[in-house]
Amino acid sequence: MRVPILRLGRVLLTSLPSDLTDQQVMDLQIDALALIQAGKADGLVIDITAADVVDSYMARMLSETAKMVTIMGGIAVLAGMRPAVALTLVEMGQNMIHMETAFDLEGGVAKVARLVASRGGRHDEVPTV
Amino acid sequence: MTKSPRSDPLDAVTRDETVCVIPIRVQEDILRARQSSRGAAAAIGFGTVDQTRLATVVSELARNILTYAGTGECRVVSRLTPVERSIVIEMEDSGPGIDDIADAMMPGYSTGGGLGLGLPAVHKLMDHMSVETRPGRTLIQASMARRR
Repeated sequence: MRVPILRLGRVLLTSLPSDLTDQQVMDLQIDALALIQAGKADGLVIDITAADVVDSYMARMLSETAKMVTIMGGIAVLAGMRPAVALTLVEMGQNMIHMETAFDLEGGVAKVARLVASRGGRHDEVPTV
Repeated sequence: MTKSPRSDPLDAVTRDETVCVIPIRVQEDILRARQSSRGAAAAIGFGTVDQTRLATVVSELARNILTYAGTGECRVVSRLTPVERSIVIEMEDSGPGIDDIADAMMPGYSTGGGLGLGLPAVHKLMDHMSVETRPGRTLIQASMARRR
């Protein structure tokens, strides 16, 4: 089953279930990028409140997704990481997560809005001369 | 069934050991192995952080089996002795083996298209780790022990 992606205004929201296969992570990446490419959103918030494990594969997929969203012109924010997951990622060494983060979904949505605004607004707003 | 060597002959009588075996064949087995290790750790009183470390280690090692060997087996051994409780993760496969274990333990080294952070991460998250490898058989053991 694919992880559902919801749209709230110009922000895509997705919440990862605790048990996610590698294929589901890959599908999510493809689905999110397609929605952003289609002009449906400026940003993506990935909520991982339910995720009790983020291993190096998941960390890489999340970071790569964020990088792809960014070079396409959008913003991706990871929200809701559990303390034990954060601790484990830090202990694993290297900088495992390369993306914007927020405490929770609400903070993630706010961060997308703020970063989009700081870049000069939403791309569907045609500036008036 | 392979068992780790017993370090202390005295606890042979008092040792309480449980083994859970999870075959690793498809992606969903990674999740099953993760849940088993978390469950085993919780059952002997390991905290949330240690449960997370163990589940992460199992996830890394089980994925390595799928990527490099195709299939294999994960064993979660939980042990209670009068002084200690421990979990040993054993991952065994009959794949091609690890060519250069020193390279494989270096962060950033990978032959499978990943970031090469899996084995070094296991080493960092666990108290002890050992690797036996040759073409046709690889056994990785990683353990975590806490005082009772």
